Order: sequence, then structure tokens, then C-alpha cells
Amino acid sequence: MDKRFIYADNAATTAVSKRVFNAMLPFFEERYGNPSSIYGIGQDALRAVEEARSKAAAALGCKANEVYFTGSGTESDNWAIRSAALKMSKEGKKHIITTAVEHHAVLHTCEYLAKSGFEVTQLPVDENGFITPGQVADAIRADTALVTVMYANNEIGTIMPIPEIAAVCRERGVLFHTDAVQAVGNVEINVAEQQIDMLSVSGHKLRAPKGVGALYIRNGVSLPAFILGGAQERSKRAGTENVPSIAGLGEAIAAACEDIQGKVKKVTPLRDKLIDGILKIESVRLNGGRANRLPGNVNASFLGVEGEALLLNLDLRGICASSGSACTTGSLDPSHVLLALGLPAEVAHGSLRLSLSEDTTEEDVDYILTALGEVIPKIRKMSPLWEDIVKNPKEYGSILELTMNN
Amino acid sequence: MLYSDKVMEHFANPRNVGELADADGIGEVGNAKCGDIMKMYIKVDNGIITDCKFKTFGCGAAIATSSVSTELIIGKTIDEALKISNKEVIATLDGLPAQKLHCSVLAEQAVKSAVSDYYKRQGVDPYPIVGDIQKCTGDAGCG
Repeated sequence: MDKRFIYADNAATTAVSKRVFNAMLPFFEERYGNPSSIYGIGQDALRAVEEARSKAAAALGCKANEVYFTGSGTESDNWAIRSAALKMSKEGKKHIITTAVEHHAVLHTCEYLAKSGFEVTQLPVDENGFITPGQVADAIRADTALVTVMYANNEIGTIMPIPEIAAVCRERGVLFHTDAVQAVGNVEINVAEQQIDMLSVSGHKLRAPKGVGALYIRNGVSLPAFILGGAQERSKRAGTENVPSIAGLGEAIAAACEDIQGKVKKVTPLRDKLIDGILKIESVRLNGGRANRLPGNVNASFLGVEGEALLLNLDLRGICASSGSACTTGSLDPSHVLLALGLPAEVAHGSLRLSLSEDTTEEDVDYILTALGEVIPKIRKMSPLWEDIVKNPKEYGSILELTMNN
Repeated sequence: MLYSDKVMEHFANPRNVGELADADGIGEVGNAKCGDIMKMYIKVDNGIITDCKFKTFGCGAAIATSSVSTELIIGKTIDEALKISNKEVIATLDGLPAQKLHCSVLAEQAVKSAVSDYYKRQGVDPYPIVGDIQKCTGDAGCG
């Protein structure tokens, strides 16, 4: 097998597209003015920022003045959750509802608030990673300040029933935020129709560069400012605008949302081919269900295999993939998302996430499957855990069962 | 997190992988819940470790430290092998990322565990010679 280079980690980050790159270029050397300046190149920069805002608003189904640019999806999550908590606590509301499978940006922000006097309800998910609108309805109390539920999961690709959950919150008069970093461009989103109050976006998941994000805040919610200083972003997020990146984000979100159904139709069959091929391997489990799954997401656990060793072996064959979440590289703990599905730690350790894009080809999928067909037996051959499982299958009954019901 | 070329070289081409059917001592340390298990087989002749094989369930560092440990102890006397510390394992690999240092401890413990088993088979109490072997409690991130 000739070594190729295959990028199958688009949920970690994406390549900046040529279209986005070209949209950014003028704002480095030519129209480098500060958007707050009155002269020509400053006004050019301001126009670029406002055009990007209009593009983001059109893609999300909101008004331009409901879009605020930030430095990352993580910052957007922090702003939405911390500022909503601060605002609502003044009305005596100090209860937050979230889920067990959120990105660390939300998880750790909620943990921080829990240490600061808020009460946090973390809704458990089912075996495929979903919560129901009913769970949210049951958890809402008179003192609930905010509900925050991710739109689509970064690790296992589950698409939550966000419009239904948002409807419950609107009906009960509770603010609703969603981390839509993985969903934008993959799922049809219209924040007005879907009754979303706040929504986080990340640029680099959409083929814009790293270091830029956006937060939609519905007019009427009026969150406190997040960064104090100048009057940028309607005085809510001070600091000179990252003009090239904002121009890139505007172009990227417009491109990503132009033809979502086209992308879904193109990528889903490749994802399904990859899942079908992986499930032919012995003692493997698909994490997350097949229905309501992001078009490019594949997540599987291979029994007796350790995730990092798997990633390094795939890297030796030119395949870029991830184990759980790139943010957990360097952590020894298994993914909180996989543990929330009810997986034992030893199964969660052996997880692999492959995230495809519209650039992925059928040949890429074949190459990945061939590589896995070589790498998995190689790792298992030197794994004392796999040896033990093969010798004493009865002791591992419940674990083996998890990997046989696909 | 960055692995040295030496770690990657051992990971890509691990030495002495497998089992010894006629091993004189077999050690196993770690825990599947922590994501690391090392199993080490030694052959001992006249107090000298003449052969060693390993099997490891674990990350790149776990595999590299196992591999390099087998190279370090083959041909050594038991006493010499017991003196090989995790620091020597780290140095031989040109360093390990901070969060992977425990893998070198695990490799040191795997050698001790195999020697311990060898003494037990000889009817000798290993404790005064080998000392404590760290037990993993199964909490994630331990070792």
C-alpha cells in the first residue's frame, strides 16, 4: 500500500479554503486600517467586518446586529454562559441545566459556576448520546437561569433535538444557549425559527482560520459585556477587531451554509461506507447511533486497543485522526463523552474518531479501511488486554457484548 | 505534547515484542482502566537475564518504554537490571512528555514484577530483594 496523506480530523480543525483565503488577503497589506478609524482604509475594514456580520446573520437566520465576533468558539461559550448566569443571578436565578456530553468549553464553564454558587444539573444521555426535550422540561425549575445543550457532539456526532429543546425553554421563559460549533454547515440552522437565544460558532471548523468565532445573541436578551474596553462589538466585546479573520469567517459561514443538503448527500455515503467497513472488524463498537449523526463523523471503539497507539500507527500510514477529542490529548483520562454513554474506561480508551469533509474521497475511505485492517491486528497482537480477552471471554462478557450488538 | 524521535522510533519498531514460552519469570503491571498494561517475560541463566519479551496495551510512550527496557536488561545480571531506574529509561529515549513520565515508572515496575515472579518460582521471597511494586488502583490517570 503506497503511503498517502489523508486528513480525517475535520472535527478538530479544517484547512482554510481558497475562497476564504482570498477574502482575507486584502486586509493584511492593503486595507489594513482599524475599523474604528474615519479615513478610507479604516472604513474599508469596517465595511468588511459589517459585511461578514451580515453573511453570518444570513447563514444563521438572524439580524446582523445579533451577531458578535469573538476569538473562538470557546470564548463564545464562555461569554454566553457566564454572562447569562451573571444577568439571571441578579433576578435570584442560580440554576443551570446542561448535559454530560458538552465540550470542555461548556463543561468547565459550568463547573466554574458551580464553584461560584450556582447549582448545575447535568442531564445524562442515552446509550447513543442523546437527551430528550422531556428531560429538559422536567429539570427546569423556577430558579433556572439558563439551559445550555450542544447542537452536535464533537466526539460522537450526535445531533441533539435542539429546536424541540429550545421550544421547551421558550415556553417556560428560560434562556437557551447552544454550542453549535460542530453543527454549523452540517445541519440546517435558523435561530429565529428554532427559538434559540444564544448560539456559538467557531471559524476554524468551517474552513475559516483559527482564532475567530462568533456568538449570536437574540435582541432582547441583552447579555452583559464580556470584555471591557473600547466600543467594538457594540461595547460588548472590546478589542480591535481581527479584521482578516472576521472577513474569513463571514465568507466561510456563507460557503458552509450555501448548500448544506449537498454536503450531507455527498459526505454521508462515505461516512456510512467507513462505518460499515469498520464494523466488519472483530470486537468493535460504533459510538453514537446511525440516525441523527453528523454527515462526516465516525467514532468507534476497538476492544483491546489503546487509542493513542492506534492514532500513532495511523499517522505512520499518513492518516490524521483523533481519539475522542484533540483537547484531551495529553490527558490520561478517557473521554467524558464516551464514559457518559456507559462505556467502561477500558473500552473508552480504545476509541477512534474519523471526521470526513466534502474533500474526502471513496479512495480515502478504502485506504483508511485497509490501514485499520493492518493496524488493529498489529496492536492487538502485542496487547496483553486483548490476549486476556481472547483467553477468558467469560470475564469480559459485558464488554464483549458492547462490541457485538452492531 | 511532543515525542522525541527516539520514542517514535521505538514505537514504530518495538524490540522484543511477544512472549517467551519457557519464561523463568513473568511480570504484569498496570490496569486496563488506566489505559496501560505491561507484561514482561524474562529468561534467566546463572543470574543473568538472557532474554526478555514484552506485550503492552498502552500509548506510544508505554510501548516505547517497554521496548527500551527490554534492550536495557537483556545481558544484565538481575541485580544490574533492578538498578535500572525510570530515569535511565527516560534518558535512553531522549526524554518523555511530562504527562507520560508515569509510563517509564510502569516499565521499571514491569521489570521488577518479572524478577519478583522469577524469585517466587525459585522459592525465594522476592520482597527483600525487589521491594515494593506499585499497585494500580484503577483510578484513571494513576500509575
